[in-house]
Amino acid sequence: MADLKVTIAGVPFQNPLIAASGTFGFGREYAEFYPLSTLGGISCKGITLAERPGNPPPRVTETPGGMLNAVGLQNPGVDHFIKEDLPWLQKQGTVVIANIAGNTPEDYCRMAEKLSYTAVDMVELNISCPNVKQGGVQFGTSCAGVEDITAQVRRFCKKPLMVKLSPNVSDIGEIAAAAESAGADAISMINTLTGMRIDIRTRRPVLRNNTGGLSGPALLPIAVRMVWQAAQRVKIPIVGMGGISKWEDAVELLLAGASALQIGTVFFTDPYAPVKILDGLNQYLDRSGFSSVSDLTGRVCPW
Amino acid sequence: MKYDTGSCRILEKQQLTVDIYDVTVDAGKLALLAKPGQFVHVLVPGHTLRRPISICGIDRAANTLRLVFQVRGEGTAQLAALNCGDSIDLLAPLGRGFSLGNTGRKVLFVGGGIGVPPLLEAAKPFGENAAVVLGFRSREAVILKEDFEQNGNRVQIATDDGSLGHHGLVTDCMEALEAEHFAFEEVFACGPAPMLKAVIRAAERLGVPCQVSMEQRMACGVGACLGCAVKLRREDGGEYYGHVCKDGPVFRARDIVWED
Repeated sequence: MADLKVTIAGVPFQNPLIAASGTFGFGREYAEFYPLSTLGGISCKGITLAERPGNPPPRVTETPGGMLNAVGLQNPGVDHFIKEDLPWLQKQGTVVIANIAGNTPEDYCRMAEKLSYTAVDMVELNISCPNVKQGGVQFGTSCAGVEDITAQVRRFCKKPLMVKLSPNVSDIGEIAAAAESAGADAISMINTLTGMRIDIRTRRPVLRNNTGGLSGPALLPIAVRMVWQAAQRVKIPIVGMGGISKWEDAVELLLAGASALQIGTVFFTDPYAPVKILDGLNQYLDRSGFSSVSDLTGRVCPW
Repeated sequence: MKYDTGSCRILEKQQLTVDIYDVTVDAGKLALLAKPGQFVHVLVPGHTLRRPISICGIDRAANTLRLVFQVRGEGTAQLAALNCGDSIDLLAPLGRGFSLGNTGRKVLFVGGGIGVPPLLEAAKPFGENAAVVLGFRSREAVILKEDFEQNGNRVQIATDDGSLGHHGLVTDCMEALEAEHFAFEEVFACGPAPMLKAVIRAAERLGVPCQVSMEQRMACGVGACLGCAVKLRREDGGEYYGHVCKDGPVFRARDIVWED
């Protein structure tokens, strides 16, 4: 058995698989299937300073090789999270990552400050939600925006800070470098790509929000490419995500440069996916003679 | 355990109408957990999202679940192409079903089209205490009539074109029951939104509580992704988005805020 442990920004994870924000709620629903300690960590549903009702339905639809969502950051607010969800989560034997989204830099800073004095292990800065006009993506699509918000939050955040990048940008390497230079301890990437589907009978967009975030297997090659490009620009660890549905996909993202991984949409196809991915990853490491999963990070041999 | 996944072998399969299929699967322990009005989430190989299908019948002795579904697109067409002996992966049982209460009461079930199947198992324990009004486009679209009759329910059919039963709406039949002094104490309904709204209005007029089963585009099926939103009313009158997969699919009619 190879060593699956990884350390990201000083935080030890028992394995590199982390549940991606927005796909796993606050963990309770999936604790029906297996102990949450099966996962290296959980990135919780994106939270905002105040409760948010979310977008009107329909919020989700299937696409070739994936799905679109426009949930719109429905969440009970940071205080509710700290009081009602965190006490239960911290007992589950897995790393707890709080994903925060906001409308203004002050929102982000206040949340980071509040979370600094709680049991969360890490803060993930969501500046890439495509489904809310003021859900942070306005900060995430330019280098100046990323640098500014990261630097401001950094001052208030006593926890390791991971910045979640949007793929809806022209140069992902520049954006990653901006996050690093502003003090991010890690980056996670990629969030969803903006997409749209139209019902040809009604001529209405399928989603009530018109557009949504594309996730699922269709994203994998884009994520691999972007992680690879970012890995060449930054020294901080990259938590790779985007379309992982099987262990082979996980290996690809690690080889491209990821130190840990998030999985999300695959939970909807198969709630047991993390168990299967970890099993496959373990066997691959043994077969290939790697003693640790960390040995895979960035080991692609480009032409 | 409340729900789990399982590979379930198809034991029986029948085509009921041009686009509605009836399959019975060996669901093992999942069948023992199931309650009327809950649903299963079916994996379609090659597809990212599962397909939610209401539970039509539960046989705890045989560990089987009966699923009656309509072909709506590629995924359900793929399911309809499966045969006896093939297996499907179910995530089940999911959601909150009907609260049946005292089955010695007189109650009314109202179903429309593909909204009929989830009512069958719920109506069973009521026997002749349940009046069942089922609405369809035409005679060719009628499903499960004999099954409700086997429950011992009093079944009436309404069709849009008058090719079977009452020529008109299910709510006409509700009024007729009222005229016959069939004093039902609760209504259970599932069907298209315009029908549900009319049934709820009729129940309100009679001062009778109503439970309705809702549908919405869905992803996780367990309440984690918050995809299948439905606007609900709090006791204090405030509105919020609940979720069909976890808070429903069955809701108290008075809690639902109709948005369109």
